[in-house]
Amino acid sequence: MENGAYAIELKGISKAFGPVQANRDINIAVPRGTIHGIIGENGAGKSTLMSILYGFYRADAGQILINGKPTAIPDSQSAIRAGIGMVFQHFKLVQNFTVLENVILGAEDGPMLNSSLAKARKTLAELSQEYELDVDPDALVEDLSVGHQQRVEILKALYRQADILILDEPTGVLTPAEADHLFRILKGLKAQGKTIILITHKLREIMEATDNVSVMRRGTMVDTVRTAETSPEQLAELMVGRKVLLEVEKAPASPGAVVLSVQDLRVKDEHGVERLKGVSFEIRAGEILGIAGVAGNGQSELMEALGGMIRATGAVTLKGQPLPLSGKGADGQSRRRAGIAHVPEDRHHHGLILDFTAWENMAFGYFNEPEYQKNRLLMDNAAIRADTAKKMETFDVRPPIPGLQAKSFSGGNQQKIVVAREFEQDPDLLLVGQPTRGVDIGAIEFIHKQLIALRDAGKAVLLVSVELDEIMSLSDRIAVMFDGKIMGFRDPDTTDERELGLLMAGITGKGEAA
Amino acid sequence: MDRLPRWADVALVPLVSLILAFAIAALVILAIGQDPWEAITVMVQGSVMNAYGWGYTLYYATSFMFTGLAVCVAFHASMFNIGGEGQALLGGLGVALACLFVPWPHWSLALIGATASAAAFGAVWAAIPAWLQAKRGSHIVITTIMFNYIAASLLQYLLVNTLKPVGQADPASANFPPATHLPALNDIPLLNLVFTKAVPANVTLFIALAMAVLVWVLLWHTRLGYQIRAFGKSEAGARYAGINPTFVIMVVMLISGGLAGMMAINNVMGEAERLLGNSASGAGFIGIAVALMGRNHPLGVVLAALLFGFLFQGGAELGLWTKIPIEMRIVVQGLVILFTGALDVMVRMLLVRIFALFRPRTMEAA
Repeated sequence: MENGAYAIELKGISKAFGPVQANRDINIAVPRGTIHGIIGENGAGKSTLMSILYGFYRADAGQILINGKPTAIPDSQSAIRAGIGMVFQHFKLVQNFTVLENVILGAEDGPMLNSSLAKARKTLAELSQEYELDVDPDALVEDLSVGHQQRVEILKALYRQADILILDEPTGVLTPAEADHLFRILKGLKAQGKTIILITHKLREIMEATDNVSVMRRGTMVDTVRTAETSPEQLAELMVGRKVLLEVEKAPASPGAVVLSVQDLRVKDEHGVERLKGVSFEIRAGEILGIAGVAGNGQSELMEALGGMIRATGAVTLKGQPLPLSGKGADGQSRRRAGIAHVPEDRHHHGLILDFTAWENMAFGYFNEPEYQKNRLLMDNAAIRADTAKKMETFDVRPPIPGLQAKSFSGGNQQKIVVAREFEQDPDLLLVGQPTRGVDIGAIEFIHKQLIALRDAGKAVLLVSVELDEIMSLSDRIAVMFDGKIMGFRDPDTTDERELGLLMAGITGKGEAA
Repeated sequence: MDRLPRWADVALVPLVSLILAFAIAALVILAIGQDPWEAITVMVQGSVMNAYGWGYTLYYATSFMFTGLAVCVAFHASMFNIGGEGQALLGGLGVALACLFVPWPHWSLALIGATASAAAFGAVWAAIPAWLQAKRGSHIVITTIMFNYIAASLLQYLLVNTLKPVGQADPASANFPPATHLPALNDIPLLNLVFTKAVPANVTLFIALAMAVLVWVLLWHTRLGYQIRAFGKSEAGARYAGINPTFVIMVVMLISGGLAGMMAINNVMGEAERLLGNSASGAGFIGIAVALMGRNHPLGVVLAALLFGFLFQGGAELGLWTKIPIEMRIVVQGLVILFTGALDVMVRMLLVRIFALFRPRTMEAA
């Protein structure tokens, strides 16, 4: 190929953080005008590699070629000058600025803003037309939907004349419809000759949107293949290094008596805004109720209210016994005593104390358990350690060292610690939030199997996940949440992603009340 | 940031900080035209090279152990209690009231009674800021430091208007009755073979050491300690686990205030044997440095308290035997606090880099 046929070439990139080799001799070549996927498990080194490309880290060894020219990228300003734009997973927007102000932030022409704003307004209008990127330039960012905020990030990069766009897990916060729109935008950009790097862990998106895909595993680049010539199964195997079961095997549910009954549950946040607007449902023994929805539509509040973390109003009964929703008895300890186990959505802030050891975390929430006490005064730390060692073995937590701090485990193994703790409590009701967020494929497979096993053992399970695939493959019934309400219930065998996606966006198809 | 091996974290970082602090103190002494070597010799001679010096060093260290433990306990719940000074002053009031108004038959009973009273007074003084923090969100750092001033004023008022015996000029309480006299180390059989001269260090030292052990048991071997540490590491996590924040904040501050208050049995009951206006004399603040340097571990607190006891006694010797003013001990203390507390990260990063030079890069990516 002629010199410069590749927008980006990375040659022999290595980067170590202390003893951890995050990237080892990475070689990758991205042809100009293509969408290139980078896929890999958590901690495979994708983010490190992109951070090197964007100037956040400096590689220990190796060379970066942009359009065939060796380029040093010591900081993000140099990356922008080299024509690289980055759209982060967590947007870097000023919430109370307008779209226009956000776009010029850091790219102003001079101390006075008016000329910059006028120029930006013109450029933005052109860009919006060209790429289906319409956003109201005068809208405040805080008033925009997540999908629109992401477009502002893309516009920011394009305004800085980016030819190479890196998107880090761009669809994590989007509805399926918004994700589809994003991929249309990306294809439009590609048609205009832009080069796009898409980092994701969703195999479906790779298959749908990319031309080529590079697979990373444990800091190395395992393979780069043409998307058209590969399959999800092959990619999963490359990522994990062994064959992986993508489908969840489960027998039909045989629901028993009602375990949890929720009537008109409402939650207000600290500003008095109603986040949960009257939710009602039942879960039976031996049944998984999956809650689908875009993050931030009341799922977290539902879980936290049932888990005793926040106050709510309404009527909730567990096996016929009313659960207090505020005041005395509405706390995590009372809920655990009542027979509710809770795998929280956010394991870093809620599920674990990262500075605590694995064994201390195994007693988290269960420090009052009689088998963990030596006598009335002292805890039996040795008993907790022994119990932890046993559970770590059962749930295949690696490394199986009870004395290791939680933060030293990988995301998947951290989640296994939480899951081991909660699943082994023999609860009547299990609240499970985002059980596989940031968890590698191998661990996902394991956690899903355990969840099905609990259902088959007659537990009632409430599953909240933003991964529609997960909801569809695990649930016996699906409830879709939007704006603090349940939009409807669906049977996973008769519904599809399209229908659920519309419900997730607040559009009801069958005449149900919104 | 990379992490240091445990031994370096626990021992090397404080040691390097300390050496840096002393190096700069030496420069200050040079700058005022004195001999740093002479200074360190006098300090060491006067504080740890003979039993008499130890009698003072241990006396100061006892006070610092109490206030250091007070900061340490609260710190594990993420509560920065810098009101140890005020709580110790109130503890002194508790000791004085117990000693003056209860006819104790024997010093041992007086010790138990005065200890309980001191702890109760200190705890009550910490309870108000704790309640304001738990229920009203008033920041504990602000309120506890304000309570130091309130405590000082309250004590002055009571000494001048209520506790001062008629006809006495200085604002102090009456002398405590002889039955409340605590045995100094030179009064204790066997120990009196070592401590031949009268020293201020007294039986309170053993209470302080016992408290260090109890704090260790509390924090790492009880459900309460587990809840304190969990709450301190992650308030959001505590909410998930069902740990009651109000309960933890109140209990930990009561314990912390109680420990700070108990310091008064060392200085008020054990040494002065009457209540003076400025009885805590800064030990409450030194407790912060002691806890910082002791890495908020009871054993570390005991060792750091000994170091500060040495600085206090050695500094006094400087004022006595050299032309270096006694205030130099405040300079040295300040430098030690600066380096072990505020500049801790600087030293740590330096050591991390040095360690990285000697470490083979072999481990696999996670």
